[in-house]
Amino acid sequence: MNSEVIALGLNFLLALLLLGLAGFALLTRHNLAAVISFMVFGLLLTLAWARLNGLDVALTEAAIGGGLTGFLLLTAAIRLRPTEETMQQHMPKASTRALAALLATTVSALLAISVLALPSPAPTLAPQVMQHLPATQVGNPITGVLLAFRAMDTLLEALVLLLALLGVWSLAADTAWGGRPGIFPQQDANGILAYAARLLPPVGIIIGGYIFWIGADHPGGKFQGATILAAMWLLVVISGLRDTPPISSRSLRGWMVLGPLIFIAVGALGSLFAGHFLAYPQGYAKLMIVAVELALLPSLTLILGLLLLGAPKRPVKS
Amino acid sequence: MSHVLLNLWTILAVSAGVFFFLAGTLGLLRFPDTLTRLHALTKADNLGLGLVVLGLLPQMHSASAMLKLLLIWLLVLFSGAVVGQMLAEAVRRRELDS
Repeated sequence: MNSEVIALGLNFLLALLLLGLAGFALLTRHNLAAVISFMVFGLLLTLAWARLNGLDVALTEAAIGGGLTGFLLLTAAIRLRPTEETMQQHMPKASTRALAALLATTVSALLAISVLALPSPAPTLAPQVMQHLPATQVGNPITGVLLAFRAMDTLLEALVLLLALLGVWSLAADTAWGGRPGIFPQQDANGILAYAARLLPPVGIIIGGYIFWIGADHPGGKFQGATILAAMWLLVVISGLRDTPPISSRSLRGWMVLGPLIFIAVGALGSLFAGHFLAYPQGYAKLMIVAVELALLPSLTLILGLLLLGAPKRPVKS
Repeated sequence: MSHVLLNLWTILAVSAGVFFFLAGTLGLLRFPDTLTRLHALTKADNLGLGLVVLGLLPQMHSASAMLKLLLIWLLVLFSGAVVGQMLAEAVRRRELDS
């Protein structure tokens, strides 16, 4: 009874903090403050998911929602800094703002109503998943859903990331096409950041690999693992220890499409031997799933890292 | 008996850790400039989290879980030290510029 009250109080506090941070991120006029509160929001949301026992979602939120998106927004905010003041002076008219607020509130209200209108208990396919999970030979139901029951969605997700990266690259100036993304920072090779970039990646690579590998039976998986690996790569790039590869590099492009191609190849094997696309032949499900995940890991690491580094800026010297 | 002692250790250590977090937060809010605020923050990171981790160790059921907790502490210690140095460096560079 007593611990229940404490848990309830903790949940309430967490919800209150989340709402407050969300409100602050929306209302503050400073881009940087808004982005930082959004990142803290992501961390607290991770805690909320962990308290709901959604550990896979919590890990993804920490890695992608808080970390990766946070980094992306942070670089955007820094890039917008020189124009921020002029933008503030050209605020849209009060009527426009009121209309935007009305629209946003309506959408939120509709979402809230539809969530509250869900029948209780919510309709679920969880029993069917648990019933058929042994056929996939993986122990983590989330991995089973992502790579067996809804493998098509995961394949499209990987392809969407690839397309998004092409979209980012297409923003490059004509002269920089095929060149290196990002600005190569001139950092002190003996500075503290370079020191961190030498010491942290070995640890990060082991942790990323561990989270990837354990995803078969416990919370974790390729997306979370790839995000950690990409973060380690970015640390090395930002500290100035290694430059980014030019996007015209054949081997870079090869690694980027390796995962999706193997995924499609495994799907085609399913059409030949198991009746339809992405079906796994009896007894080989685990092997196929591990092969797809292993091939996706380097591709996702590169794609996520390159997405954050942005469009190519410096032409390759010929 | 030893069970009670271990629980008592957890309560004492985690409470002490929370105290350092509170003190660090207070310093972060009240201290006058960036360097002193950083000083307050590192106390919360190092001692606060360290005591929380030490307090939670006997509650773990396996050696690997204990090692993971210790690794988390070490990683936070390391990133805290690196970020603290970088922030202090940025402050000094700005002071030299102005």
